[in-house]
Amino acid sequence: MDEPSLSPSSREIPDQYPIPWSVAFQVSWAGVRRRIFRSAITMLGVVLAIALLTYMLITESVTDALVALNLDDLNLLLQKAGVDIFSASRVDSMTILLIVLSLITCLVGIINAMLMSVTERIREIGTLKCLGALDSFIVKSYFIESSLQGFLGTLLGMIIGLVVAILIATIHYGRYPLAHFPWGDALSALGIAALIGILLSIVASIAPAYWAARKEPVEAMRVEE
Amino acid sequence: MKENDFIVQVRNVSKIYRRGEEEVHALREISLNVTRGEYVSIMGPSGSGKSTLFNMIGGLDTPTSGSVLIDGFRLSELSPSQLAWVRCHRIGFVFQSFNLIPTMTALENVAIARIFAGVPPAQARRDAAETLERVGLGHRLHHLPSQVSGGQQQRIAIARAIVNKPSIILADEPTGNLDLHTGEEIINLIGEMKATLGITIITATHDMKMLSASDVVFWIKDGQLERSARKGEIKIEIGTIDGKTLA
Ligand SMILES: Nc1ncnc2c1ncn2[C@@H]1O[C@H](COP(=O)(O)OP(=O)(O)OP(=O)(O)O)[C@@H](O)[C@H]1O
Ligand SMILES: [Mg+2]
Repeated sequence: MDEPSLSPSSREIPDQYPIPWSVAFQVSWAGVRRRIFRSAITMLGVVLAIALLTYMLITESVTDALVALNLDDLNLLLQKAGVDIFSASRVDSMTILLIVLSLITCLVGIINAMLMSVTERIREIGTLKCLGALDSFIVKSYFIESSLQGFLGTLLGMIIGLVVAILIATIHYGRYPLAHFPWGDALSALGIAALIGILLSIVASIAPAYWAARKEPVEAMRVEE
Repeated sequence: MKENDFIVQVRNVSKIYRRGEEEVHALREISLNVTRGEYVSIMGPSGSGKSTLFNMIGGLDTPTSGSVLIDGFRLSELSPSQLAWVRCHRIGFVFQSFNLIPTMTALENVAIARIFAGVPPAQARRDAAETLERVGLGHRLHHLPSQVSGGQQQRIAIARAIVNKPSIILADEPTGNLDLHTGEEIINLIGEMKATLGITIITATHDMKMLSASDVVFWIKDGQLERSARKGEIKIEIGTIDGKTLA
């Protein structure tokens, strides 16, 4: 076992070529597209949480804008809808708690869904390593995959939240919300929702990606049928 | 024979698996050499250690003691990145259950191996198409694995194994999930890769048909090399082999 090494210097073997992010992105994007149903389930949590957040934020800026108009008939409608037109802040702590809880649930949801999809693909990861994939490629591709799902989910959630908020405001206040839509405030609300959604998906992607990369290539050889 | 004519050298390799208290000696001080450009079959009953030996040769698992040399390089001395390079450029893996990526088309399954070798994606796809053509699947480039037969899936896997022009194909029971006829076609295809590309073939098998294609056969039993035979000697012995391993 400890006989002197007859082998040529191991330095003659080069290091494996690290796959750039752009190529990893192409590979992962194709995977997400073909697994669209599976991806949709992972995305659902993000969609709901971000839709709720967007809805709350947009509704708040719309009501703010309407209160600022200070029109008699509109104030009546606002009061009928339960808005306190004399108070400066209309978001109570219960609402904030609800949003925070939904975001945490969403975080746990993505991590769980990703861990499951890693478990399903242990053999796939092993095979890729047999083909010469480095751990860093596995990390990149799983990270990209779950971030992609997070981005798409965030986008979808923002659209749903925005549309529902405008719809409900229109039902309550007729033509006023669209006529006096607070574009600036709404845009920053969407920005906040996007930021939180993306941050959330990136944080949730890290653990599953590293866990996936730890899978050994021997796993690919094992026959389970 | 000169030292560097051996593309694979297995030296006193032991592998012990521990399951709690129990120890399983999957390989016991096994030594064997594989000559460059030959077709080698490893035979042995179930549980004799064939797959364990393959994992050692492919650098997928590390021996408990002893060493494996590929092209004269001791695998245990290589960094993970160098090991990935060896798997990518020197070894083509073929699996019993094909192990294609289900979400990738035939073309993408082959191209990904090329991409790992550092080839730009567009060129990788061209190389993949050419290689699939070579294994007779030029008309199935854009099919998913689930849309082709088992034999065709194994052809895709062989294309993937050879696309980086490796010096070795490691095939652990490549015909295990195929019917007799398809299995024979796959063996012929693997034999062709040896003849046309000069790739060294190492397969594990229960399949007597594999033997006719082989230059050398190693029999292993209980993790030890029981005996080996070269092409000329194999036929004479077949009667006894039949009686022994198929009983
Ligand atoms: N990961 C493992 N943990 C514990 N024991 C193992 C492991 N892998 C293999 N073994 C044991 O090592 C021995 C050799 O197994 P191996 O898979 O190498 O046999 P084989 O010759 O490939 O058999 P088969 O023809 O059925 O594929 C067996 O007793 C097996 O149970
Ligand atoms: Mg086996």
